[in-house]
Amino acid sequence: MIENSENLEEAVSIRAADKVFNPDSDNEVQALLGIDLDIKEGDFISLIGPSGCGKSTLLRLIADLLVPTAGEVKVFGKTANQARLDQDYGMVFQHSGLFDWRDVSANIELPLELKGWSKADRQARSREMLELVRLEEFKDHYPRQLSGGMQQRVSIARALSFEPRLLLMDEPFGALDEMTREHMQVELLRIWRETGTTVVFVTHSIPEAAFLSSKVVVLSPRPGRIHSEITVDLGSRSDQTREDPKFFQATTEVREALRAVEAS
Amino acid sequence: MKNLRTASVLPPVLVGIIGLALWEGAVTVFEIKEFLLPKPSSIWARLIDEWAVLRHATWETGKIAISGLLIGILLGVLLALITNRFKVLNDGLTPFAIAINATPIVALAPIFNVWFGLTGTFSNQAVVIAVVFFPVFINTGKGLNEVHPNEIELMHSYASGDWTILREVRIPNALPFFANSLRLAAPLSVIAAIVAEYFGGPQDRIGNVITSSAGFAKYDVAWAAIAMASGLGLLLFGSALVTERLSMPWRISGDIKDN
Repeated sequence: MIENSENLEEAVSIRAADKVFNPDSDNEVQALLGIDLDIKEGDFISLIGPSGCGKSTLLRLIADLLVPTAGEVKVFGKTANQARLDQDYGMVFQHSGLFDWRDVSANIELPLELKGWSKADRQARSREMLELVRLEEFKDHYPRQLSGGMQQRVSIARALSFEPRLLLMDEPFGALDEMTREHMQVELLRIWRETGTTVVFVTHSIPEAAFLSSKVVVLSPRPGRIHSEITVDLGSRSDQTREDPKFFQATTEVREALRAVEAS
Repeated sequence: MKNLRTASVLPPVLVGIIGLALWEGAVTVFEIKEFLLPKPSSIWARLIDEWAVLRHATWETGKIAISGLLIGILLGVLLALITNRFKVLNDGLTPFAIAINATPIVALAPIFNVWFGLTGTFSNQAVVIAVVFFPVFINTGKGLNEVHPNEIELMHSYASGDWTILREVRIPNALPFFANSLRLAAPLSVIAAIVAEYFGGPQDRIGNVITSSAGFAKYDVAWAAIAMASGLGLLLFGSALVTERLSMPWRISGDIKDN
């Protein structure tokens, strides 16, 4: 990895970021304190930690959905605000956020529509995206007709439709059953490999973080701080990887870091 | 789909026919006096005999109910859109709207007669407008407001402004809420129009036919007029349902959940 580092641009760079909610009031909350984090292009980073550690808040600072109280957040060398306006990232939430009134293709085409793409271009792209998430035959269905896993696949297709270089995911598989979840993880890794997108993934599942990530960032709560960064190298992963001793080792390492967080 | 529709229409039609037959039979067998409860067949006969009068009266009432309904919808939706833009206005007005909506607005009919006079039909129309306005305003406002926070964040991630969010998210999100209010308001508009007629205004409408026929002991005519009024209410309710189906195709498509 080190030898080709000169080709790798910094996707996200956060310096001394603090986030305080309701400052100067009785319910003031220090959500994040002194966050320093660098994410290289092409990385798959997970943010994990107990509830209240600010992992979703950190993701929203990168997305410019929240503004840091202090410090600096850069995305592809620009301010987070400029990156949002340039639509440099796509976002996927736990609640799929698909619009009931748009069928599957129309949901995928929404960001393209807002960017003023022509109808023909939009349709061509949404076909490609449906192929990518393997839902070609469901293009005319409405979200309510789909299972939770399928809805999340549509939501990923929508987030990637305009080819952002960064994909931000906030517990996207949190509401899925375990089997669907494992299947979606394998799918997501395939999509990640095929598109080369940088991914920042918020989760509270230890095996999920260990399985997916090239780096797991462990946060500690009250105030949210980065406790440790764990590098994981499981190579190319499949469902068999879950029975690999190396996977067991990675989950153990993440689990121990989280225990240390709880103890502190 | 077609079979399904026949299957869902058949039971209520059967029950309706059996009900009418039982009614007819019971009045004959128990020799119930015509002034207490006329037979469906004699109501039907009156309906044919008095068709010209009844049709005119229903039309006059219908005009007030429908125009009041449309104006009430328009005002309700407009105010919902305006209050959605200004949070303070919304927070201040909505509790009052809910409180007023819980009061029997038709009881205001005599007051409206004083305010707006009895020379035209506006006093009656105002009662309909008021009855329709509140449920439409409250429900539509709720639909515009109750959007999942993730959906708003998603739109912000696309660098969308308030107008785009209103068009792409809030308005479509409010449609089912609006449709619910319409189902409430459509039959209410007929009830309001008729009750308002009882308190005054031009005397050629269906409410007046009911009161005057009952007054002259022409109970079968009164019942025929009631049948016409029910027909009007059902017609408006039906139109509300059709509007709902047409405007929201995604709500009637069936489930086929599968991984």
